[in-house]
Amino acid sequence: MEASNLALFWAGVIAVAILVYVILDGFDLGVGVLFGTTRDEAHRAQMMDTIAPFWDGNETWLVVIGAGLFAAFPVVYAVFLGAFYIPVLLLLFGLIFRGIAFEFRYRSDRMRWLWDWGFCVGSTVVAFVQGAAVGAMMKGIPVANGQYAGGALVWFAPFPILTGIGLVLGYALLGAGWLVLKSEGELREWAYRRIPWLAGGVLAVLLLAFGVTFDFGVIARSNLQGRPWGLMFPAVGVLALVGMFVGARRKHDVLPFAMTVLFFLAAYLTLGTMFWPYMVPYDITVANAAAPEESLSFLFYGAGIFVLPVIAIYTIGVYWVFRGKVRKGYG
Amino acid sequence: MHLDPVILSRIQFAFVVSFHIIFPAFTIGLAAWLATIEGARLATGNPIYRRVFDFWLKVFAVSFGMGVVTGIVMAFQFGTNWGVLAERMGSIQGPLLGYEGFTAFMLEATFFGVMLLGRERVSPRFYFFACCMVSLGTMFSSFWILANNSWMQVPVGYSIVDGRIIPADWWAITTGPIMRVRWPHMLLAAFLTTGMCVIATGAWYVLRGMHRAEAREMLHWGLGLVAVLIPVQLFVGHLTGEYVLKHQPAKFAAIEARWKSQQPASEVLIAIPDPANERNLFAIEVPKLGSFIASGSWTSREVGLEEFPPEDRPPVVIPFFTFRIMVGMGLVMLAVSWLGNFLRWQGRLETTRWFLWCAFASFPAGFIAVLSGWFTAEVGRQPWVVYGLLRTKDAVTPSLTTGDVLFSLIAYVAVYAVFISFGIYYIYKLLREGPTAEATPVRGATAKRPMAFADDAETATGATVRIEG
Repeated sequence: MEASNLALFWAGVIAVAILVYVILDGFDLGVGVLFGTTRDEAHRAQMMDTIAPFWDGNETWLVVIGAGLFAAFPVVYAVFLGAFYIPVLLLLFGLIFRGIAFEFRYRSDRMRWLWDWGFCVGSTVVAFVQGAAVGAMMKGIPVANGQYAGGALVWFAPFPILTGIGLVLGYALLGAGWLVLKSEGELREWAYRRIPWLAGGVLAVLLLAFGVTFDFGVIARSNLQGRPWGLMFPAVGVLALVGMFVGARRKHDVLPFAMTVLFFLAAYLTLGTMFWPYMVPYDITVANAAAPEESLSFLFYGAGIFVLPVIAIYTIGVYWVFRGKVRKGYG
Repeated sequence: MHLDPVILSRIQFAFVVSFHIIFPAFTIGLAAWLATIEGARLATGNPIYRRVFDFWLKVFAVSFGMGVVTGIVMAFQFGTNWGVLAERMGSIQGPLLGYEGFTAFMLEATFFGVMLLGRERVSPRFYFFACCMVSLGTMFSSFWILANNSWMQVPVGYSIVDGRIIPADWWAITTGPIMRVRWPHMLLAAFLTTGMCVIATGAWYVLRGMHRAEAREMLHWGLGLVAVLIPVQLFVGHLTGEYVLKHQPAKFAAIEARWKSQQPASEVLIAIPDPANERNLFAIEVPKLGSFIASGSWTSREVGLEEFPPEDRPPVVIPFFTFRIMVGMGLVMLAVSWLGNFLRWQGRLETTRWFLWCAFASFPAGFIAVLSGWFTAEVGRQPWVVYGLLRTKDAVTPSLTTGDVLFSLIAYVAVYAVFISFGIYYIYKLLREGPTAEATPVRGATAKRPMAFADDAETATGATVRIEG
């Protein structure tokens, strides 16, 4: 069965939304992870300032993904949320606590420790469960009759746990790159010092994950075999890691963040090559999952041609308004 | 009660949606109230309206933020716990709920931003326009939720092709006859909820001898609005009952606790339904009134639950009581608003302390009415999740175990206990302090962070010293 143009359009929208989400919320979640590794109040306040205008808008993309999946690919929405029942629960709690902590730490000193703790732990949990879900997807999601057909802890196996840790470190790397990009003085130096260690950590976890715990049997089920050119993406990823080291050594403020984004893009395209045209690997394809054309077109003429451009313009607008280094906070 | 994934998922959904609905119900009303008061300021130039506006804007920002966060949880419930529902009905429910999410986004990204950040940057007329658009936006948001729920109550505009549900007529799905009574019913409920809160807040300040000028405005506007809207709501509520009688006769019989068919039917005013023996204990009944309420005739025959197979009957106890609680709250609102206006006409409103205490104490009347009304609608729809198409017991995610759902339910209760009680406490603090300062945003604030605007009520966050950035 061939996927219709509308189905491809919505699959493309969701694919782009996932990438944008991972990079944008990735850096602010990463700043949250790094937040827990310093006790310096000046650093912490400055870290918050670098993400204040962005973090909540970044999470909009998660809503786009969720709403898009439910509306355009309901079976994928049902299978994923069933398979990742507990990770989704943890994700929601992490986002809630992080959001509240963000708003209230400014206004609190007696209870600030609680908000600080909530911000760091919330960010880390969100990053971890997202990474674990990706790891579980690579292993394949069991499906029967259009519903998830496995247990609640499929994501809690050695390989997904390692990919979860990998994403925590990966987001922290994005966060460190963002801090370098947006801050000055001591915090910038502090973030620079962490980049080589985090990049090394990501590499080590990935090597451990694929070297020790990965079952290469699933490669046979995936589409990587038929697409040997897909191996160029991991190669680009390695080059991007090298670029991060170079950027950190030469103190080039844009390079570490740009290279981390390239690294994420390479990882994302690797996964895309493995999975396409599956939406739920390795059972449900884009064509199988698509809602009826009547649903897709109803969605297209409102959300597709009107709402999505506004979301894109809003996102670009916010980043434009708050561009450049954070000096005395945004006012 | 035997615990299984179905009953636990139902309890979980009821729990998270109940804590969600109180915030949108409040914000829909608040947005309209803010637009009204801003319009009054624009027309009269009276500075008191500005103080009232700025005060309620902060309350609005916090409850909007709470509504968004609890709403995101809702967006995932359909997939996590009701996988079969999501998969089978997603072709219709997915786009409707998706549009709700998109509407909320559009609102935040555009006019809500102007409302929170733009007072000094745009003309007063445009600012008023933005307030009106935010109000329309919150109503539009509720439109999608009600379209979705109305479709679950009475599915229309679909066809079944190869066992799949296909949307055949979006116009019927979104603006069908059921939707045309249920959406106004919800909007009026939201206006009344907020109206009662505004009245109670005004009464509270008068009782405490503070913010007298602002309190007077709140009392006058709130009492006036509720007095006018409550009869309209009673009428629209009656229309809602007509659709139930026509499309969901079993629900109607359950609400009336009518076990046996009767001609003419009596109206059970109050009783303790005894489902095991299919009878009512301690019933107070009015002969013939049941026929009149249902069909407008004193002699009509009304069906009882006995005419439905046991597997198609809804529970009786919950709809029976929640419906009566809802109507009771409506009567409380009627009494408070009409009596209040009478006292105002007599010039005794602000000196009649017993009335002010009653008005203050009736602040939750709207919330209780909204919750009990929704409980009536949702429990009464059982055993169906989509009426006539999909049973609730068949809609649950098949991979879930009792342990999974018990774990998530306990976790939601624990997290919400902290989060919601904190949010409600914060709103309480804002209300207690009253209109003191202008609403000013913190740095880095965008319309995506409404909580950033509620920068008063410091004690609520545990601050002893205000930290300036």
